[in-house]
Amino acid sequence: MSKRWIYITPLLITVGLGFILFTAIGKDPTKLETARLNDPMPAFELPELINGDRLITENELTGKVILLNVWATWCPSCRAEHDYLVELAGKGIPIIGLNYKDERPEALKWLKSLGNPYLYNIFDPLGKLGFDLGVYGAPETYVIDQFGYVRYRHVGVVNEKVWLRTLEPLFFKLQNKKS
Amino acid sequence: MMNIKFWLITNLLLLAITSLKVSANIDLYTFQSEDARQTYLELTKELRCPKCQNQDIADSNAPIAADMRREVHRLLEEGKSRNDIVDFMIDRFGDFVTYKPKVNSATFLLWFGPWILVLVGLISILYFAKHKSNKKAGINKQNISEDICSNAEHEKVEKLLSSYINDKENDA
Repeated sequence: MSKRWIYITPLLITVGLGFILFTAIGKDPTKLETARLNDPMPAFELPELINGDRLITENELTGKVILLNVWATWCPSCRAEHDYLVELAGKGIPIIGLNYKDERPEALKWLKSLGNPYLYNIFDPLGKLGFDLGVYGAPETYVIDQFGYVRYRHVGVVNEKVWLRTLEPLFFKLQNKKS
Repeated sequence: MMNIKFWLITNLLLLAITSLKVSANIDLYTFQSEDARQTYLELTKELRCPKCQNQDIADSNAPIAADMRREVHRLLEEGKSRNDIVDFMIDRFGDFVTYKPKVNSATFLLWFGPWILVLVGLISILYFAKHKSNKKAGINKQNISEDICSNAEHEKVEKLLSSYINDKENDA
């Protein structure tokens, strides 16, 4: 009996390793899972983009499930996803912007000419909140639940496919959660 | 002559450009102590850039790597320890961010998997080697017991030998 195990073990190890490696095929290694997953939003106090006198803190991000979209005018992929964000906002999905390491006049011009999908924008020219969130490049889109917890991060462009496959199911699942 | 001059000047220019590019990555940070500077140099080689993967943050030109170097410097000046700083980065960017990931349930296989495989290999080699030598030893024992003949056979051999010797003596 023990003799049989000796022969079977290498086979099991090979099959196991093969399975692990196979599941990793096609996975984009540049898309990292957020280290902030299931953590509350980091504390911050930053001005609003359009109305610089208004200060926003992490407490404002509670109450309902929202998308937090990290964007900047220097980021070409942000331009690519912008129209779809406008479309989502049109459907009533609450999106809050995190304007990341950007210039205020440029950002205002962008919103004016391309449309503004955001309820409001957190203006983070030094990337402070971005750093605390673990943002390593724009665009990134976070799903924040009604209790202010980070529940998901998508790295890269949000388009219809990403929304329908990943973000929307999670969004509505979180919305139905009571505690 | 003209050609050589031109060649020299273009080369010098190229050299100037490349050296500029290299120095673009050197931040001018001052440190309270030589120790802190040393820790900074070590840490920026040990922390991995999340954007341009497979580059450490000392080596990377990405804006996020520059931010991370700035934070490492800031934390060192605040008197934070090496471990504090690594934890600070892991909190934000995950285990991915260090080239020496901490030992936990997720990284256990990463750290010990190779050793476990080596151990399994060693054990099976030992097992097979022992098994084989046991088998061999078994065969030898069998051979030996076959070699040892019964008393009757022994006598027969003795008889044959003595008669052979007698024959030889008679011939002589």
